[in-house]
Amino acid sequence: MGIKILTEFIDLPDLNRFEVYRKHGGYEAVEKVLKNDTPDHVLAEVKISNLRGRGGAGFPTGLKWSFIDKSTDKARYLICNADESEPGTFKDRYLMERNPHLLIEGMILASFALGVQQSFIYIRGELFYVLNILEKAISEAYAKGFLGKNILGSGFNLDLYCHPGAGAYICGEETALIESLEGKRGNPRMKPPFPAVSGLYGCPTVVNNVETLASVPWIVKNGGEAYSKIGIGRSTGTKLISACGHLKRPGVYEIELGLPVEEFIYGEEYCQGIRNGNKLKAVVAGGSSVPILPANLILKTAKGEPRLMSYESLQEGGFETGTMLGSGGFIVMDETTCIVKNLWNFTRFYHHESCGQCSPCREGTGWMEKILHRIESGQGKMSDIDLLADVAKNIEGNTICPLGDASAWPVRSTVRHFRTEFEKHLIEKRCPYIK
Amino acid sequence: MESSNTKEIKFSEESLEMVKGLIRRYPEGRQKSALIPVLHIAQAEFDGWLSPAVMDYVASLLDIQPIEVYEVATFYTMFNLTPVGNCVIEVCRTGPCWLNGSDDIIEHLEKKLNIKAGQTTADGMFTLKTVECLAACGNAPVMQVGVKYHEHLTTSKVDQLLDTFRAEGMISHTNPYT
Ligand SMILES: Cc1cc2nc3c(=O)[nH]c(=O)nc-3n(C[C@H](O)[C@H](O)[C@H](O)COP(=O)(O)O)c2cc1C
Ligand code: SF4
Ligand code: FES
Repeated sequence: MGIKILTEFIDLPDLNRFEVYRKHGGYEAVEKVLKNDTPDHVLAEVKISNLRGRGGAGFPTGLKWSFIDKSTDKARYLICNADESEPGTFKDRYLMERNPHLLIEGMILASFALGVQQSFIYIRGELFYVLNILEKAISEAYAKGFLGKNILGSGFNLDLYCHPGAGAYICGEETALIESLEGKRGNPRMKPPFPAVSGLYGCPTVVNNVETLASVPWIVKNGGEAYSKIGIGRSTGTKLISACGHLKRPGVYEIELGLPVEEFIYGEEYCQGIRNGNKLKAVVAGGSSVPILPANLILKTAKGEPRLMSYESLQEGGFETGTMLGSGGFIVMDETTCIVKNLWNFTRFYHHESCGQCSPCREGTGWMEKILHRIESGQGKMSDIDLLADVAKNIEGNTICPLGDASAWPVRSTVRHFRTEFEKHLIEKRCPYIK
Repeated sequence: MESSNTKEIKFSEESLEMVKGLIRRYPEGRQKSALIPVLHIAQAEFDGWLSPAVMDYVASLLDIQPIEVYEVATFYTMFNLTPVGNCVIEVCRTGPCWLNGSDDIIEHLEKKLNIKAGQTTADGMFTLKTVECLAACGNAPVMQVGVKYHEHLTTSKVDQLLDTFRAEGMISHTNPYT
């Protein structure tokens, strides 16, 4: 068993209650920091840890925090991104539902480091039952003096609230999230200015993923140095992987970064292989947005080295033969899967979720959905395959926010690795997977 | 199905208190931030959907223009802009759920309820909606009714749930803050 930083106590009954969390070392990091340390000390530890954002982009957290504009006397905000809507991703829900105080503790520490006095947890509206669990935990933390005015007599004040979304994947994008929190449509903003300079209400703002913030208490307690020794190379620490699809044992697993992909899929401790003893066909390793890889390329890189669960190893080979760690949404498909239909389903998702601001994304996702539907149902032409790849190429890099790219990558990678499956649909004029 | 337009549009005392509390969470002059939370409460209280009159009422409570409410209500898929049944069933249709048979679940529900996704049964009991990934893919297929998730669905589990909803006279639009 690898080291557990986020899930060590996750199966304890009533861990969501203050006393239980506290009994297992909870809020000790806050006590330590508020008694002895400066905000800069916390920032330094997070920098040393090399913790990278767990929301998908893997941006170094300490560096992000150091960008917050301290030159103004405006309020500063910390927002926890709990929108979790990337298909295949369900780790933040698991963590918040079982261990809400860990996130709260992480947010207190991050707010202290950033000089923030008001923080929000933006949580997708479908997860209202989790919002209620969080609010209960927050009120316990207020009652015990860990939130509110003059926390533990330190002079540090912090208010923390939950804020629900209402069904819009795009609100996971940080500037759309900020718009939504201001009570508007979730249309992403042009960057710059970045939120660190002008975010919520035009004030300096940091947006971090749930898992990122929940990693901070361990780092503060054990030191950034200790955290940086876990994992592999520049992929330090542990990562929650939410595994789903055709696995024997889907679920959320905390892994040490660097675990071989093969061990994760087939290992007894992890997913235990493919259901019904079927063969592995393909994996989308980091949420629906990252490039899909066929079985051979997810298990081994093109150079023949074992593929590891780390930012670098999954990227090995670039977009030609690699993928990304992304959000850790690990979607596994067995030999019975129609890859074209899978892609059509994902593309319909992006079309449905496009906010509509940029025409390449708004129109392009719609075209791709139509072409894919045509191919999948056996009514397409051979030239549709290249047309599809062309539309995707024209979206990439031409939009305000990365949702455009996110819709294009699955298309381009599926065409690259599974071209013969498209051709089969077109030659047989039907889906070969329908019996 | 009761239409919101037939009753006076005003929150209960309890909800009004809740709304005031929500507004206080945001800095002064930023009460518009409370719009989405308040719309959730409004939808629950006024029959599960947001009529123009309800949206106007919310605008007045938050001291913003009605158009600002319409813009938001039309953007987010959780807000219903036409009347719905007492029990709204939202089935996930996205990739991971599809890999685990969500198409069959949706088809089964359409047959059992004798409606298509997006429609409401003639007796006003059920509305069937398809939704995108609910962050529960490890327990696919999944559907949501009110705040509750129902996971690892099979057609027989769906049958049992429908029977229970009928027997209990399930109303899915209750205040989500509990
Ligand atoms: C379309 C889109 C959806 C996103 N959804 C999420 C999400 O649900 N949760 C999340 O933490 N980050 C999401 N992100 C990434 C955020 O924009 C942001 O990078 C992240 O919250 C930063 O936190 P981190 O540095 O801790 O990872 C999304 C990005 C895009 C473009
Ligand atoms: S890329 Fe798509 S989702 Fe992003 S801003 Fe443009 S239209 Fe909206
Ligand atoms: S795809 Fe259905 S819950 Fe994620």
